[in-house]
Amino acid sequence: MLYREALNRAIDEMMASDESIVILGEDVGRYGGSYRVSEGLFAKYGPKRVIDTPIAELSIVGNAIGMAIAGLRPIAEIMTVNFSLLAMDQIVNHAAKFRYMSGGKMTIPLTIRMPGGVSRQLAAQHSESYETLYAAIPGLIVLAASNATYAYYGLKTAIALNDPVIFLEHELLYPMEMDFKEVKNFDPFKAEIVKEGKDLTIITYLKMRYDVLEAVPKIEEELGISVEMIDLNSLRPLDMQTIAASVQKTKRVVLVEEDHKTGGYGAEVIAKISEELFYSLDAPPLRIAGEDVPIPYNRSLELASIPTPDKIGQRIIQWGRKNGL
Amino acid sequence: MHSGRIEKFYYLMKLGREFELAAKEQYMQGNIAGFLHLDIGQEACSVGAMQAFDKGDVFTHYREHVLAIARGMDPKIVMAELFGKVTGVSKGKGGSMHLFDPDLDFYGGDAIVAGHLPIAVGCAYARKIQGEKAGVFAIFGDGASNAGAFFESINIAAAWKLPLIFFCENNYYAIGTRIGWVSPFEELYHKARNYMPAKRIDGMDVCAVYKAVTEAKEYIENGLGPYFIEAETYRYEGHSMSDNGKYRSEEEMEIFKSRDPIENLKKHAIAEGLVAPEYFDEADKKVQKVIEEAIAFAADSPEPPLSELYEDVYCKECTNVIP
Ligand SMILES: Cc1ncc(C[n+]2csc(CCOP(=O)(O)OP(=O)(O)O)c2C)c(N)n1
Ligand SMILES: [Mg+2]
Repeated sequence: MLYREALNRAIDEMMASDESIVILGEDVGRYGGSYRVSEGLFAKYGPKRVIDTPIAELSIVGNAIGMAIAGLRPIAEIMTVNFSLLAMDQIVNHAAKFRYMSGGKMTIPLTIRMPGGVSRQLAAQHSESYETLYAAIPGLIVLAASNATYAYYGLKTAIALNDPVIFLEHELLYPMEMDFKEVKNFDPFKAEIVKEGKDLTIITYLKMRYDVLEAVPKIEEELGISVEMIDLNSLRPLDMQTIAASVQKTKRVVLVEEDHKTGGYGAEVIAKISEELFYSLDAPPLRIAGEDVPIPYNRSLELASIPTPDKIGQRIIQWGRKNGL
Repeated sequence: MHSGRIEKFYYLMKLGREFELAAKEQYMQGNIAGFLHLDIGQEACSVGAMQAFDKGDVFTHYREHVLAIARGMDPKIVMAELFGKVTGVSKGKGGSMHLFDPDLDFYGGDAIVAGHLPIAVGCAYARKIQGEKAGVFAIFGDGASNAGAFFESINIAAAWKLPLIFFCENNYYAIGTRIGWVSPFEELYHKARNYMPAKRIDGMDVCAVYKAVTEAKEYIENGLGPYFIEAETYRYEGHSMSDNGKYRSEEEMEIFKSRDPIENLKKHAIAEGLVAPEYFDEADKKVQKVIEEAIAFAADSPEPPLSELYEDVYCKECTNVIP
């Protein structure tokens, strides 16, 4: 199943089962979505429930909050994570806080989908990963779908949740053909053990999952070890249980993320591990992240600005040798 | 309009058109990547506006190759930027959407829709208190005219009587969204009418664009405040190379193609005896040569070295203190 089809199916099935669900965003209707996620939905559900908006991100999210207050369950699409900054006030000051500020009286069931990450030479204003901004906000739930199974079940759950959810997607994943697994008792907040191993835990999420997977065989071969790999799925809340169980077993941890290293989301994960699992560790943790630069257009510079399978492999092998592996 | 000016219009529009066609071809050959937004069909806006607004600051969105060339940017360094080469106007770091050259008072190349409008307002404020005669020109699309930043900008510019021309290219579509679906009317000058003089003009006619921008320039230079121009135009291509533009009817396309800015200027100039027919062949040949040179320059130029990755994040002084 294509990743984007998994998302489309999730929305379609939810809309079919609940009339209060609407979607809104730029080009989501007649055009079918700029990454074709909402393809076919306009024809099926009509303009009342599949709403083409103007280019006005603040209003897309603000309107969605109002709809949610009135009893609808909106799914807002922001075309690219970068543009969500225009809606930041509505997301952070309004959606995330209404429940708390009202002493629990207000409920905002709202899903905000947004693709991000480095695609291919889209340059600095179209290539960011801002999960670290959203994951820092109490009141938001932040999910990151790296695969068709999580995209499908995760999005369905997000739509059904009664709190605002930031649902992160990655632009390079949409056309990817992926395995789809039926899941019973799906838990959106549970990290996935992508691969079991005993000597080293690599934690990652979103598109880096695939870069890490590509790097793992060489790491295992060169260091003669077995790697355990975790895909976080949920960034807020963070599944520390799964992380702890793994790190206590392997005693070594590496985090791979695409966003900038300074203040990146990985910094939070590593900080929690340092606080809670310090005495389980046999080596200092390693972060492999994007460089601290705006994303450049030129392809070689662009690749130099983010982790790639080669770089991930080399860095981990180097680090492993220095740290007793 | 005197003939020298018409020749210049023709040459620049043709250069713009051929530049865009060449860029499209180079994109398909894999020499250009990312989002490439072509200006084909809209050349009269870019050229007419920059010919009239020849002094002052220019702020633009991402569909800006022809605007940059019409402002005086060398097609070579524009093409090299599209190729991502270090000789490009932004050293290959910005690409198609981010052409900047302060020496030409040309400030992007902004790809956040309407994001450049408040910036243009601020620049106009500065020009006003600096006592500069030349004001500011900001170009944007119909889609941008729905953004909050647009409404804030017309309000502030009018409240403070700033020397700023708002130039809205109404090509009726923001990617696949027709303006009439998301705006109560398609004639967008209505949005600004209560704030400033606002006109709707034929954006397929370079002379009409030139005339309107000249008038607007005089108005802002006289300290009367901002001015709004809506130019009706059409893009013949998709929104970018990742869009086939097929949501528009053949019929609509044909109507606008019959108003083609380049063909019509040529026909008109010959019929009126303003420009000798031979001029056009010469101009076309010159254009071909400039384009070939631009592509050769871009192709032969080196890639930026990897040491460029951390260059330009901060100024030199700051780079010394920020690791
Ligand atoms: C804030 C923001 N939202 C969305 C986008 C995605 N986007 C890029 S161009 C565009 C359409 C703009 O249309 P218009 O203003 O009419 O200009 P045109 O492309 O037609 O010249 C959209 C939605 C963006 N770049 N920035
Ligand atoms: Mg438009």
